[in-house]
Amino acid sequence: MTRTRFQLGLDELKEKLLRMGGLAEQAVDRAIEAYSSRDPEASEKVFRGEQSINMVEREIDELALDLLAMQQPVAVDLRFILAVIKVNADLERVGDQAVNIAERARDLAGLPAVELPADIPRMAATATGMVRQALEAFIRADADLAQQVLGSDNSVDRMKREIEAAMMAQMKQSPASARQALDTLLIARNLERVADHGTNIAEDVIFWVRGADVRHLGPGTPATPLP
Amino acid sequence: MPENRSQPSLASSRGLRYWWRLLVDRLATVITVLCAILVLTPLVAIFAYLVYRGVGALNWAFLTQTPKPVGELGGGMANAMVGSAIILGIASLIGVPLGIGSGIFLAEHGNHRFAQLVRFTADVLNGVPSIVTGIAVYSLVVLQQKHFSGFAGGVALGIMMVPTITRTTEEMLLMVPNVVREASLGLGIPRWRTTISVVLRTATSGVITGIMLAFARVAGETAPLLFTAFGNQFWSLKLNQPMAALPLQIYVYAISPFDDWHRQAWAGALVLILLIVGAVAAVRVATSRGMVRGAA
Amino acid sequence: MGVGMEARDLNAWFGPAQVLHGISMDMAANQVTAIIGPSGCGKSTFIRCLNRLHETVPGARVEGKVKVGGSDIYGRSVPAVEVRRRVGMVFQKPNPFPTMSIYDNVAAGLKLNGFRNRRELDQIVERSLCQAALWDEVKDQVKKKSGASLSGGQQQRLCIARALAVAPEVLLMDEPCSALDPISTSKIEELVFELKKDYTVVIVTHNMQQASRVADFTGFFLLGYMVEFDRTERVFTNPADKRTEDYVTGRFG
Repeated sequence: MTRTRFQLGLDELKEKLLRMGGLAEQAVDRAIEAYSSRDPEASEKVFRGEQSINMVEREIDELALDLLAMQQPVAVDLRFILAVIKVNADLERVGDQAVNIAERARDLAGLPAVELPADIPRMAATATGMVRQALEAFIRADADLAQQVLGSDNSVDRMKREIEAAMMAQMKQSPASARQALDTLLIARNLERVADHGTNIAEDVIFWVRGADVRHLGPGTPATPLP
Repeated sequence: MPENRSQPSLASSRGLRYWWRLLVDRLATVITVLCAILVLTPLVAIFAYLVYRGVGALNWAFLTQTPKPVGELGGGMANAMVGSAIILGIASLIGVPLGIGSGIFLAEHGNHRFAQLVRFTADVLNGVPSIVTGIAVYSLVVLQQKHFSGFAGGVALGIMMVPTITRTTEEMLLMVPNVVREASLGLGIPRWRTTISVVLRTATSGVITGIMLAFARVAGETAPLLFTAFGNQFWSLKLNQPMAALPLQIYVYAISPFDDWHRQAWAGALVLILLIVGAVAAVRVATSRGMVRGAA
Repeated sequence: MGVGMEARDLNAWFGPAQVLHGISMDMAANQVTAIIGPSGCGKSTFIRCLNRLHETVPGARVEGKVKVGGSDIYGRSVPAVEVRRRVGMVFQKPNPFPTMSIYDNVAAGLKLNGFRNRRELDQIVERSLCQAALWDEVKDQVKKKSGASLSGGQQQRLCIARALAVAPEVLLMDEPCSALDPISTSKIEELVFELKKDYTVVIVTHNMQQASRVADFTGFFLLGYMVEFDRTERVFTNPADKRTEDYVTGRFG
């Protein structure tokens, strides 16, 4: 096998990205935990974790830049590095969304507890499931698995709309718990964005593996090769 | 620098081994120089002796007069000098085109069975004693024409020039890198034109060296001329008559019993050497100045 | 103006050994087509079949069709010499004629084919040297300086000028930069880009980055077969064949 130095660089890139993925998933899980347990300390953990995520993001971008400059990658290698750069950005935003959720959770913890018709944990599970599946597709270089992720986006959108409607009604009916309803609505929106990032990651995997640009085409469009 | 016993430093290499190697090196140089001197010595000695013996008889009369009858003093070898020039001219006219032509043939088609035959023939011809060539030309030309002639002398010497020129031309042409041929062919230049105008032109200096070698060799040949040109006491410019030539004249004078003729023989030998050296030098100068451009 | 070239089912042999197998390829007019592949894959042999130089090697044989602007150069009554005037070639090692001046080198293709008009020759020589981006550097000494006294990069540009002087329609380049330093290489690549306007260029290169920089189309050869042929962008971002991908990514063991 030739290009040992290059291959080591690519392996390191992959490893770092997976670690990034782990950190991002963990952040979202912890934020939802803060929501469910109403524990402000849990939110603090998320805020502290933000730093590591940002640091790894920088490391990944730097390593990708070096490999591009020094190894002149083409074809699949080039697509891989481009995909890594994009996935990196998406995971960093997932981390940002986790912080936002943690802030809403902390706010809710300081307010009186109210029973609300919004199954946040279920939505969170679906959204983080999409991200996890997309990352799994990345590890296995499995474009078919990634394709499945694209299909799940609709259900998350639906959940978001349902929660939005429910929370809007709630705010009208009982203004006393308007703030809790609003916080919950915002968390639902954040989770929907997490799911979007999961979709982006899946699209990037398909681009890398198949050389097909399936962005903005919708889940039903068959992947065609680059012109 | 700290003394490190485990590693060999440069200083410690100046031991016995070093001096021995130096000695052998110097010795080799001395031996090779000696060999060179040994080679040059006979050359220089001959030339010096020629000058010593010959310069005395070298005067204007020698260079402009024909030989005087037996018994009379004086006279010269003017006719022999001119005769040699004419004979060598004819020889070149025969030998050079034939030689270059065969050389080109061998270089271009060297792998053919026929080409190998040609090559073999040339090598054999090279080894044929010059007197045998002379006798052959005697039978073929002199007997047919029923008289000795300068022309026959030219033919004999020309034949002797061919093998050297052929082989040298072939070698020089083969030494031209193939990329030059390809560059020419790639331009749409036909094969024959490529060979003559590009390949031959590139090999010009080498080919001329070959021609000069052949020329120098035959210029001094005496034996073949004995049966062909035969020699002449008088001015002989017609090609169908016996013609005088320097080597012949030198030979006749040298084996004669007369002292005057001996002195003139020495002068003749000196002139012969000087003419050959002069001719070769002139051609070298002409080629180096690019005046000989070959076929364009 | 350049014309397109087509190879159809081209096979070539060196004696009994077959070195090209059924190559079919289109080289579009006024485009640069690059041929890449590992050593011994037949790319040089292929390009030498395009100007009938392959057959000058004893024992070499070609079968198949090669069309220049529609007419088959291997046709029954087509003289090879005529083909080579329409399809010029620049070689790997710069090879100006050693005993000729710059002027004579550029004019050689014309002079040695009987062209005599002095004034026109002067014009053609100047134009060719301009096209090869060499005129400015040598214009005062075209007749005095010998071709061999130039630097490597200049010599190669001289060879390009020499090839252009006979006004070919297609220019073949067999690894033209492999003996040159990076700056000379870059000058010649610039030149190829300019030449594209007037000629069709086919370039063999062992340097993939050069192919990706310079070529519109790229063909990948392996062991005498053509594995893939496509637009250069496609070959270097998403090649169809795994062997092509392994080669361009440098994973070719």
